[in-house]
Amino acid sequence: MTSLPQPAPGATKLGLVIDLDTCVGCHACAVSCKEWNHGGASGPLPDYDSRGANPDGLWFNRIHSYETEGGACGSRTVNFPRSCLHCEEPQCVTVCPTGASYKRAEDGIVLVNPDICIGCKLCSWACPYGAREFDEDESIMKKCTLCVDRIYNETLPEAEREPACVASCPSRARHFGDLGDPNSAVSLLVLARGGVELMPELGYKPTNRYLPPRKAVVPTGPVEKPLRAGTGFSASLLSLVDRVLSR
Amino acid sequence: MTPSASVLLLTTLTGFGYGLLAWLGVFGAARGLPQQPWFGPLAIGFALAFASAGLLASTLHLGRPERAWRAFSQWRSSWLSREGVAAVLTYLPALAFAAFWWFDGPGAGTTLVAGLAAGAMGMITVACTAMIYASLKPVRHWNNAHTLPDYLLFALYSGALLLMLALALGGGDLKGAALLAAVLGLLGLVAKLAYWRHVDHAAPLATLGSAIGIRGATARPLDKPHFTQNYILREMGFQVARKHATRLRKIVIVCAFLAPTLLALAAAFGLWPAAMAFVAVILAACGLLAERWLFFAQAVHVAALYYGHEV
Repeated sequence: MTSLPQPAPGATKLGLVIDLDTCVGCHACAVSCKEWNHGGASGPLPDYDSRGANPDGLWFNRIHSYETEGGACGSRTVNFPRSCLHCEEPQCVTVCPTGASYKRAEDGIVLVNPDICIGCKLCSWACPYGAREFDEDESIMKKCTLCVDRIYNETLPEAEREPACVASCPSRARHFGDLGDPNSAVSLLVLARGGVELMPELGYKPTNRYLPPRKAVVPTGPVEKPLRAGTGFSASLLSLVDRVLSR
Repeated sequence: MTPSASVLLLTTLTGFGYGLLAWLGVFGAARGLPQQPWFGPLAIGFALAFASAGLLASTLHLGRPERAWRAFSQWRSSWLSREGVAAVLTYLPALAFAAFWWFDGPGAGTTLVAGLAAGAMGMITVACTAMIYASLKPVRHWNNAHTLPDYLLFALYSGALLLMLALALGGGDLKGAALLAAVLGLLGLVAKLAYWRHVDHAAPLATLGSAIGIRGATARPLDKPHFTQNYILREMGFQVARKHATRLRKIVIVCAFLAPTLLALAAAFGLWPAAMAFVAVILAACGLLAERWLFFAQAVHVAALYYGHEV
């Protein structure tokens, strides 16, 4: 059913909080996502011409890097992981003609039923974030599942029941939790750091939040002045050597 | 957006077919068609052949065409599903129109009602097709007030040209249809120019700063996630060189609108009407295909922002 579930106040909204301040752009999330989901419920995630001149393939996570200027964080490099935001108003779901795309009422995860997808690609056109990718081998659309086959997986130790991208992040820039609960750790983090929605002007109400980079403050000590060790030629020479070496 | 042949054929051919069906309904009701028993069913078949060819072409766009029947289920939320339902439902009044014409006669009340119903259902199908594009918020070249009226207008225009040809071949009086086609051709040209003016001057949907969640900053891409193509770039990052687009727009103005309009006027005043109508339809088909190609190729998807494209 591609009509959206009625949003209930206090309903669970599982999602990610991604810290653009601490993301180092290492692509570990993308690789572990690919690894888990290749063998997971949405697998395989095929690659095409992977050892050829034009490698191509299906990834649910894409890591961009940008240079920013101005704004609160000043000029800096920002690494930006891009994946499905599990929106509250996902047009990718409502445009689906078959009911293959759906948003779960119980936790807000947006999924594709691979058995009834006709591969019309309209959902990917309806997503402003470029989150859905087409499987050319199976001719159906695939997308981030928020690792639905990990987070509820009782065969995994409880500590591992989080999305693969979150588990693998070496700088802990990715957080997973219930953004519908205002007192959850992720909601408090968003509140403390001023977390934002991407492209709110399009009205998709994404669940995932991004924490903006903080302005870097580099502590600098007092600058040492070269000492003058007296007067005369040798003192001047020493002073010159000192200045040169102090540079 | 990448212009794929199946979707270009779908939108253009259904425009011709359902446009002709609409005018057959209206002209039938106004007694403006030849009254021979064979004319109605043949002309209706001609219209349905165009529409069906378009619909069949669209299934080539599907990754899993064998599951296409599932697309009739989500008409509550999806314009693509509504298009499918409307397209199938249109066959019922259209076939009834042909049957009543043959059995009850062209002037019968049943024929008149079925004809108008078939025409209306055809135009509803065209409207659903237009809404698939007009409702997509990430593409500002489609998500605007021009898309729906333009699709309806171009369908009525191409249908009027086909009616002129059908009347020329069927030995009817084509003056009314030819003048109608000429008027619609000029209206279509004005609508297309207004659309281009709008999309060339409208503000972008979002900035890269907003797309990556950093307000008030200018951002530019440093490293892409991948060095070669991916699905998003192939499907949503299609770019057409401005010089080609300018040339194609001139071709559209002349081939889709001006030349067929002049030929229709010539046909209206009795200058080799059948030949004029035939050439007008061929030129308009080529011109409207070019118009539709530009409608896709020049449409920019907001997700291309992430790759540094201008949206």
